[in-house]
Amino acid sequence: MSIEFINPEFEVVRDMTRCTNCGLCEKQCANGVHRFNSVTKKLESDETKCVNCQRCVAFCPTRAIKIVKNPCRISDNSNWPNDTVNEIIKQANSSGVLLSSMGNPKPNPVYWDKILINASQVTNPSIDPLREPMETRVFLGSKSSSIKYDENGNIITKLNPLLELSMPVMFSAMSYGSISYNAHAALAMAATDIGTMYNTGEGGLHEDFYKYGSNTIVQVASGRFGVHEAYLNAGAAIEIKMGQGAKPGIGGHLPGAKIVGDVSRTRMIPEGYDAISPAPHHDIYSIEDLRQLVYSLKEATDYKKPIIVKVAAVHNIAAIASGIARSGADIIAIDGYRGGTGAAPTRIRDNVGIPVELALAAVDQRLREEGIRNTVSLVAGGSIRNASDVVKAVALGADACYIATSALIAMGCHLCRSCQTGKCNWGIATQRPELTSRLDPQIGHTRLMNLLLSWNSEIKEMMGGMGINSIEALCGNRLMLRGIGLTEKELQILGISHAGE
Amino acid sequence: MELEGQVRIPSGCAIAAMISRTGRKMTGEKIVKSMANMHARSNGLGGGFAGYGIYPEYKDFYALHIFFDDRTARKNCEAYLKERFEIVHSERIMTRTIPEITDEPVIWRYFVSPFQSLLSSMQLDENEFVARVVMKINSDMTGAYVFSSGKNMGTFKAVGYPEDVGVFYKLDEYEGYSWIAHGRYPTNTPGWWGGAHPFSLLDYSVVHNGEISSYDANRRYIEMFGYKCTLQTDTEVITYIIDYLLRRQKLDLQNIANIIAAPFWNTIDAIEDMEKRNLLKYLRTVYSSLLITGPFSIILGFNGGLMALNDRLKLRSMVVGEKEDISYIASEESAIRVIEPEVENVWAPAGGEPVIIRVKEGAE
Repeated sequence: MSIEFINPEFEVVRDMTRCTNCGLCEKQCANGVHRFNSVTKKLESDETKCVNCQRCVAFCPTRAIKIVKNPCRISDNSNWPNDTVNEIIKQANSSGVLLSSMGNPKPNPVYWDKILINASQVTNPSIDPLREPMETRVFLGSKSSSIKYDENGNIITKLNPLLELSMPVMFSAMSYGSISYNAHAALAMAATDIGTMYNTGEGGLHEDFYKYGSNTIVQVASGRFGVHEAYLNAGAAIEIKMGQGAKPGIGGHLPGAKIVGDVSRTRMIPEGYDAISPAPHHDIYSIEDLRQLVYSLKEATDYKKPIIVKVAAVHNIAAIASGIARSGADIIAIDGYRGGTGAAPTRIRDNVGIPVELALAAVDQRLREEGIRNTVSLVAGGSIRNASDVVKAVALGADACYIATSALIAMGCHLCRSCQTGKCNWGIATQRPELTSRLDPQIGHTRLMNLLLSWNSEIKEMMGGMGINSIEALCGNRLMLRGIGLTEKELQILGISHAGE
Repeated sequence: MELEGQVRIPSGCAIAAMISRTGRKMTGEKIVKSMANMHARSNGLGGGFAGYGIYPEYKDFYALHIFFDDRTARKNCEAYLKERFEIVHSERIMTRTIPEITDEPVIWRYFVSPFQSLLSSMQLDENEFVARVVMKINSDMTGAYVFSSGKNMGTFKAVGYPEDVGVFYKLDEYEGYSWIAHGRYPTNTPGWWGGAHPFSLLDYSVVHNGEISSYDANRRYIEMFGYKCTLQTDTEVITYIIDYLLRRQKLDLQNIANIIAAPFWNTIDAIEDMEKRNLLKYLRTVYSSLLITGPFSIILGFNGGLMALNDRLKLRSMVVGEKEDISYIASEESAIRVIEPEVENVWAPAGGEPVIIRVKEGAE
């Protein structure tokens, strides 16, 4: 070892009184941490390769393995924590931009955890969802309120194109390529059975999944991978990806190693080439250009599908969203800075963008002040972790939420944050056949359904407690929220009162 | 202590109404008696009435009833009104001094007509103009509060029990074809008379029993269209919703009920008549933010009729009865029987099922 040595983050602890030398850990670890030493006849570990994905822990039949934080680290220093020093060593070793995956792990405030939900007491009754109807059906799209009458004086009941969801949660964009075929299959099946949407991400739509079209959002991103007429018409809605919460301001980069076989064909790019989506859309350098793309897509799909514009939550998000609402978009998806990614420069993931809670509150309020909130639906994403986050987001003003990290966890992800290596031991963020086969789409499908069904039950319980029996009466109902431990300014932006007020 | 409007105050309540379908005039005596019977549903912190057809001699003029804190507020407000309206008559509203009602503000009424030149330069119809002036005074003018602004109708309200409020305002001396009434049980003191009900805008007046759980969703939606909820009460926001849907969106009462107490989706899905199903889906989708959840029974009064409506789960009591040309509505059947022991056809309307009663054309 040498000056280049980076102290491993984790230590593999093997309880030799339990280990039976079965070798399952060695087979399960694509990173090569575990190795059977034929001389000592014992299993050994190389912790420098360990990412703490917990695969070996979960599969060890005698529960002999623990992955623990390596106590061997540099001296405590609040200004120079161990990770910061290690990153400098990495960069001095390589001269490269640091890459990370999944959402921002920094200890910044999570506003969801500083918001509390109301319940009925005495003056109005709570409603028991086990005994009374409790509605979570949501329609997303433009609900412009100019009523028109036909020549007989009857209301013309033609609605703008809308997405109908059985509950206010959709699966957010994760491209085929960044995640596996089986993961996509599980998402598509679960979305279909639940009555919600999954999202292709920017990698096109595999021909096997066209049959799930009515529960699919097809994405058009700056690389335009896999975009063609049939693709645009295959889904229930089209999403223009302007930005992503994990990496606002930059494009995407799927390494050539993942561009194999069907991924290459679906993306319509050669095998083995890196798929690089540019930072901006090169036909959108301003808001008026966005309008042109929105209407090009509407033309291509005969005005039958709502258009979603997805943006990363950045400083001026309220004004940006207002501009988008006036550009023909039917739905705006706001992606907060804690949102996940398959790969992003670490500095950007950890430092660019703002929390979705503040962005959502600011956007909803601005659109109402301008009197156009009903012309567009709002979808909030970027680390929605559970049903209470959903309830809080809806009460702040979201019509629905996007989830992705939670869905990945349901399919096995243990948040090791190493997707960019392409060696996902859980078979999700990889294209290696020996790894992708580990995710059984039927099991993934069932687990995703379980997740959404349990969230929906919890959402109904919380709604019933507030005396609300339909989700639309919760949307933007900020009186149902109170802040805890927030400053005046934070409360003002969130548009809520403090607990006790 | 914060006044109503600076703080949101939940309330329980009693409501009642009576209307002659032939337009026969009735004094306010009976409706006051009906409310007295439901004394226990109020707690003395608010009561009020609205009578329709009570100002036949000024029926083409908007009757503005205004509370003033003092003489200065009245002078300021009158100057403001004179710039916008022809005032054909103004007077202090006559009241009886009774020990049950104290701390009354200065209460005046004005019969007014907006200047045509203003309407044409602002490109507004007269209702919209009057509504805007009322909201402007109520949100911006210190010490003045317009609590009634319709033609040939008037709202009378105060802090006190409703039966005392009726005596205070001498309702036995007014004659109307339709009366609606409210007794309030707020959980804390509203502090001033503006918080009592009915809540009125133009000729719409609403009495409401309940605490709606959708309040802030409804408020934040309706405020997009120029309304300002200064009282933070359910009744205020319900009145604005009805005004918006009825007057500005030109929807009829049945469709308003289909929006604010919308049928459940599984009911809509099961409707076989395509046209009807599409209409209900359309209304529920476009006006999703105007769905009112939580308990309510409301009575909406307007020129020529009234509508009673319960929330879709029927979480508040409300009964309807009839006798000859008069229809009665009340929170409790006893409040009807006390004024009409021979009442017939008494029924409790189902949740979300509007009861719409109109006066015979031309009779009002």
